[in-house]
Amino acid sequence: MFSWSDWFGFVISFLSLGSLYAVMALGLVIVYGILRLVNFAYGEYIMIVGYTLYLLHGGPLPWLVMAVLAVLVAALASYLTERIAFRPVRSNSVTAMLITSFAVSTLFRNAALLFISPRSRVVPLPDLFSEGVNVAGTIIQIRDVLAIVVSIVLLLVLTLLMKRTVLGIALRAAADKFTMTRLLGVPANLMIGAAFAISGTLAGVVGLFWLGRIGSVTPLIGLEPLIIAFVASVLGGVESLVGAVLGGYVLALITVTINNFLPQSFVDYRQAFIFAIVILVLLVRPQGLVGQKAEVKS
Amino acid sequence: MTEVARSGHFVRLWRLLALLGGGLIVIALITQWIGSPILTRFVTVMYIDLILVLGLQMYMGNSGIVAFAHIGFMGVGAYASALFSMSPVMKSMALPDLYPILADVQIPYFWAVLVGGGVSAAVAAVVGWPLMRLSDFAAVITQFALLVIMHTIFVHWSAITNGPRTLFGLDRHTYLFGALAWALAMLAVAYWFKESKIGLQLRASRDERVAAAGVGINIVLVRWTGFVVSAFLAGVAGALWAHFILSFQPSAFYLRETFLIMGMLVIGGPGTITGALVGTISVTVAFEGLRAFENWINIHQVFPFPISGLTDVTLSIALILMLIYRPGGIVERLELTGWRGPWLRRTSEEAPAEGNP
Repeated sequence: MFSWSDWFGFVISFLSLGSLYAVMALGLVIVYGILRLVNFAYGEYIMIVGYTLYLLHGGPLPWLVMAVLAVLVAALASYLTERIAFRPVRSNSVTAMLITSFAVSTLFRNAALLFISPRSRVVPLPDLFSEGVNVAGTIIQIRDVLAIVVSIVLLLVLTLLMKRTVLGIALRAAADKFTMTRLLGVPANLMIGAAFAISGTLAGVVGLFWLGRIGSVTPLIGLEPLIIAFVASVLGGVESLVGAVLGGYVLALITVTINNFLPQSFVDYRQAFIFAIVILVLLVRPQGLVGQKAEVKS
Repeated sequence: MTEVARSGHFVRLWRLLALLGGGLIVIALITQWIGSPILTRFVTVMYIDLILVLGLQMYMGNSGIVAFAHIGFMGVGAYASALFSMSPVMKSMALPDLYPILADVQIPYFWAVLVGGGVSAAVAAVVGWPLMRLSDFAAVITQFALLVIMHTIFVHWSAITNGPRTLFGLDRHTYLFGALAWALAMLAVAYWFKESKIGLQLRASRDERVAAAGVGINIVLVRWTGFVVSAFLAGVAGALWAHFILSFQPSAFYLRETFLIMGMLVIGGPGTITGALVGTISVTVAFEGLRAFENWINIHQVFPFPISGLTDVTLSIALILMLIYRPGGIVERLELTGWRGPWLRRTSEEAPAEGNP
């Protein structure tokens, strides 16, 4: 039977997974909101974090410095993809941008394959990540607690940024009515660049914990976070930042529930099942959980 | 459509077939004449890829919706045709858990290919209907979701796919000229579809969705028709490929193949049949050249370690450059239907020129 300590473990794994999913979805939605671009290269920023850590491994730097550097590299990579690949095709069509992002994703993945290795590489992690504490008979992984705390701090900082700073207000205005925002004198390139940098930073921080769960990095590591971010943002509503966070937690709840309560034969089909939910949500409630009824757009 | 327009339509169809199909036939004859097994292999796979790209053009090119699920339908066709063409003895070895009802079925290869296409089209017809009213973000994500779902099913439905392991035991039935014949037939189907009433309506819905709905086009229906026929082509290509490659696993029908086929179409020009063909040929040639180069580097140990991924890196850079500098692809609008004739006028104002009769 499910005892109290099992429930406690269930809640912790739900919260830690949900916090990671929420931040992942947020990074995707912040770009989508402004550019209407589904960035397929998003998962590769997490891969970049992994390889940066791998390459810095063995150097003189303490882990925390390496982690900060890796996140910065991810943010830079995100900004540079916008600058080099997306900006020139921005005026063409949404489809062109979409295929560009698909190409950028393949490019990153195969560059890792070509220049590093197709095999997995061990990522250096602090000892703290593999330790657990005993709370009333339940072993709680410290990295799970850290993931929850860091994600919540990140969400708070981002909320402040979006609500209180000029950049945040401009970003929210642009997500709402891009042309109008530009007419009011907000430079488009600056905003889009900032959105990509924030997106890369969020992916980077999540990446640290994601790699902490897996322990190694491969060229294909970005696919699963990308899919998670897709699903979570659809569940919550792609137009809304709050929705993305909520969608992340809902998806984590579904995932953890399936893993804990359903037979293995069903767990195998988990991904298919979750995507079936996604299709259903898009059909029945395309605005997501928190979105308002969409306006008629041409 | 007037009689004159209709006859002009067929003239253009024959011209296109003569020029593009003639080119394909010449390639096959030269390949046969050279007789190199490796070259024959490349060219056969190229014809199969061409069918895939034509199918992708049919839906993605005409409707403007990025069709990630296309390769999934190729997988459906491959597995479905294998189930119907394999001998019962082989099936009992390769697929021990197969349902009894399928275990003893064996039909000739040609019909198995049609079954592959048919099952694919049937799956598309059922899952596609509710999805066709979605556009933009929702359409992209659902297409991607469909690909992931199909992949998950291929990997886990061991009874008919042998799970993530390799499915083996097929007989070789697809040869150079067989693939050529199918490619020629599908070239005609794709062109016919594009220029048909439904194809025209689909292109109208791509260019001006609201206006197209305004003049009475049933967007869901025309998209659905395109989606189903496109899945049929993907299924046929999958069936041909399965009987050429003989053993395969679910990972063959996933993101890498999707990227390759999409790259071919986008580089060639998603709006035209000619573009689909030009893209397939040029990407195949470039790809095989790069792969040979990569092998050469690895064999001669230019670097102290083996390299891989060069082909995909180059293709993705080419794709990005193409989208930046020539977003419509190599062949953007004009079909190669000859150098004179009414097609010149048509292309300048394609959609409204032949309204209702």
